[in-house]
Amino acid sequence: MDKIALIEARQLKTNITQFHPGDSVNVHFRVVEGDKERIQQFQGVVINRRGSGLRETFTVRKVSNGVGVERIFPLHSPRIAKIDLVRQGRVRRAKLYYLRSLSTKSIRQKTSA
Amino acid sequence: MNGILGKKLGMTSVFDERGEIIPCTVIEAGPCVVTQLKTKETDGYEAVQLGFDEKKKNRATKPEAGHAAKANTVPHRLVREFRTAPEGLKLGANITVEIFRKGEKVKVSGTSKGKGFQGVVRRHHFGGGPATHGQSDRLRAPGSIGSSSYPSRVFKGQRMAGHMGNTRTTVYNLTVVDVIPESNLLLVRGPVPGAINSYLQVQKLSRDRAWK
Repeated sequence: MDKIALIEARQLKTNITQFHPGDSVNVHFRVVEGDKERIQQFQGVVINRRGSGLRETFTVRKVSNGVGVERIFPLHSPRIAKIDLVRQGRVRRAKLYYLRSLSTKSIRQKTSA
Repeated sequence: MNGILGKKLGMTSVFDERGEIIPCTVIEAGPCVVTQLKTKETDGYEAVQLGFDEKKKNRATKPEAGHAAKANTVPHRLVREFRTAPEGLKLGANITVEIFRKGEKVKVSGTSKGKGFQGVVRRHHFGGGPATHGQSDRLRAPGSIGSSSYPSRVFKGQRMAGHMGNTRTTVYNLTVVDVIPESNLLLVRGPVPGAINSYLQVQKLSRDRAWK
């Protein structure tokens, strides 16, 4: 496996903001439209982190106009410009799928530090 | 040279220039040694024989050792030949991954994972039978295997349950994602046959197989 780690190491980011499930983050994602590139922001609660090495991903959930939206980002994607830690959360689970069935208010209570 | 021998190391994914994820297989390809050159005059056809993965001398049989000594090299675990003209190649020459270029299309052959004795649903993608309407024991059954009094036999080639996998399998039109000569690694897009640590042959596509 060490040789595969070698290949992954070439693209691993070293300066990633530390964050955990339950934290609120703001992901700055590069979007290419035609030949123009702009930064799109996606802010929400991290409900999942999975995988290891280059294949690690995380899921961010937010409620937009009353509709729940989840986005999965590859942690080491070159398209992620930066990840801002907005608010640290305190949760007792690694996967927060139960937040899907909660109201915005109880999500705030469940993840508050 | 149009091909090389290698070993499957496993799969991972990498990001391309656009930031897209590319699933790829990591192959330890080469270095290989030319162990024999076959020509029209002596063998009736043209081929280049390569050896990969060196073997201890005391592990080799005398014929193997003798064959390797002819090419001034050590015995190898895997010896295979490629049907190509041996132009400019010498016995004992080294073949490395550098014969491949990024973006090139290749085919990869190997022995697929053995699946054991499998039914027709898994082996031939049969639909199986209905689950309801009073059926019993028909869910994964093959159905009819032919007519009755004529021909009074089952035709050859009738697809039935049996051993699946552990056969030589070739995947065509795989894109070379990256070539790393320093560590003899080759990255191709998508999966290739066989388990981790199984041997593979990687070949450039002949023109008639190239898919555009």
